Amino acid sequence: MEKLYQLWKKFGKNFEEGGKLHNLSSFYDAFDTFLFTPQTTARRLGAQIHDGSDSKRTMILVVLALVPALLFGMFNVGYQHLLATGELVRGGMTAALWWKAFGFGLLAVLPYIIVSYAVGLGIEFCVAQYKHEEVAEGFLVTGFLIPLIVPINTPLWMVAVATAFAVIFAKEVFGGTGYNIFNVALITRAFLFFAYPTQMTGDNAFIRTDGTWGWDGGKTMVDGFTGATPLTQVATTTETNLMPVDFWTAMNGLIPGSVGETCVWAILLGGCLLIVTGVASWKTMLSVFVGGGVTAWLFNQFGPDTAAAHLPWYMHLVLGGFAFGAVFMATDPVTSARTECGKWIYGLLIGFMAIVIRVLNPGYPEGMMLAILLMNAVAPFIDWCVVQANIRKRERRAVESQKSKVESQKGGAL
Amino acid sequence: MALSKKTKEAFLGPLNANNPVLVQILGICSALAVTVQLKPAIVMGVSVTIIVAMSNVVVSLIRNTIPTRIRIIIQLVVVAALVTIVSEVLKAFAYDVAMQLSVYLGLIITNCILMGRLEAFAMTNNVKDSFMDGLGNGLGYSWILVVVAFVRELLGSGKLFGYQIIPDSWYIANGGFYDNCGMMLMPAMALILVGCIIWAHRAINDKEEKK
Repeated sequence: MEKLYQLWKKFGKNFEEGGKLHNLSSFYDAFDTFLFTPQTTARRLGAQIHDGSDSKRTMILVVLALVPALLFGMFNVGYQHLLATGELVRGGMTAALWWKAFGFGLLAVLPYIIVSYAVGLGIEFCVAQYKHEEVAEGFLVTGFLIPLIVPINTPLWMVAVATAFAVIFAKEVFGGTGYNIFNVALITRAFLFFAYPTQMTGDNAFIRTDGTWGWDGGKTMVDGFTGATPLTQVATTTETNLMPVDFWTAMNGLIPGSVGETCVWAILLGGCLLIVTGVASWKTMLSVFVGGGVTAWLFNQFGPDTAAAHLPWYMHLVLGGFAFGAVFMATDPVTSARTECGKWIYGLLIGFMAIVIRVLNPGYPEGMMLAILLMNAVAPFIDWCVVQANIRKRERRAVESQKSKVESQKGGAL
Repeated sequence: MALSKKTKEAFLGPLNANNPVLVQILGICSALAVTVQLKPAIVMGVSVTIIVAMSNVVVSLIRNTIPTRIRIIIQLVVVAALVTIVSEVLKAFAYDVAMQLSVYLGLIITNCILMGRLEAFAMTNNVKDSFMDGLGNGLGYSWILVVVAFVRELLGSGKLFGYQIIPDSWYIANGGFYDNCGMMLMPAMALILVGCIIWAHRAINDKEEKK
């Protein structure tokens, strides 16, 4: 870190008065505060926190971790569009089509990012102004998550309404950033899901056949193309065994789904960054996967005779929002459990609930959102139980050691 | 007719400063259950107003003859009789609304506002004041119901009193951009709306107090 900082400072000389890049000094300044402020670190004595990390830098790291999923999501939006309109056949990818897919996806996703940030930050600024407080950084990540977890055909005004609802009723009424009980981005999605179910599910929700800003529009879906997500196919099929895609296709993520959730590689890349930098807890992530895997395996063995129950356990982990939720949603430091032991319980139960909802309720092909929101509500209780258990354990230990001391004294007296 | 200050207060208090729903947080369950549409909400409001006012009058009339130890049972009998009368009348003259209100009509008997007013006011006040108090509380309850039902029906189904307000051509299904908010049809959203009204009500009243 120190070396990086020296390099950065050296680079910064170019921006000083008389330097060749002086005109761009405001950019340098902005990035300087972004990356290296605050500089105050604790003295390296005793058990103290050394890093001058604050919530702004934590947030930036999460946003960086989300970038691979976003970029891939953009490409996939265009890719699905080209597939659906028949311009691209599987395996017939060319450089021109590649760029067209990415450009189309970029233009399609960009408005969602703008709307989500404009609405959310607008409300944050108004509230901060009203309360005479500083604007908190909390929305930085939320605003980035929202475009990644909505279907690409959701009308923009719905995203705006849902974002406003979530920021006001899930965050500001509880006291703002750091005080929310529920994950704000997930509340946005839950609001959309319950308020406008016809726009959030079905064959057309995840595939854009219309144009973006008038570009490449007016097309219809070709015959034989299915726009339903693999999990929807599994939930709605009447067969008892259905494997909509194979494992590696699901890992690579060129399948219909919400923008950021399809490619497991991109999500794992972001997850690695979060774990290496210590922003997110690997315990939560791992336990979500373990809980989900074990539950799905149990359903494989003993479950009802439906396609969802027969779907192999490893498929459950890579399809739909499971991986995205485990890496970016369950680990939200505000709404998840905080005790180390609590994180295991919290994660395992999220995985368990997600699979139970998927398998036992065909009305909800995707269970991750509801599972995480449910566990958000329970997380403080888990923490409380863990803390109480620890207190009891230590109390017992103290009492026992006291007892043995007394007994040994007695023994000495005799 | 000149009303004494106390009578006026008995009527006006529950409408705003001492509203049963907004301030005492009573009668919330039925406020959530019957406010999906305006029409049943209004019928519910009127029914509750009549029953509170009349039961207040009856209990106030016989308040000096009621033995203290069995007063709750006697109050319940009075309320039950009135609820039965109202529900029979509704079934006779507004059958579809009565069906929409279903059990909630009968459950007026358990409405906290009713027993609260009988115990807190009618047992200790004269007939005129009790009547005005019942009227005020019933109307105070009703206007919340109407406001919540207005928002829920307009945004949840695009209608008011069953008539389409939002043009059909706006809907996505017809090539437009708009869609009804399904959340509004759920009781959860009614709770949030009541919360918003309480929020606004407190904000306004606090400001007035400070002046």
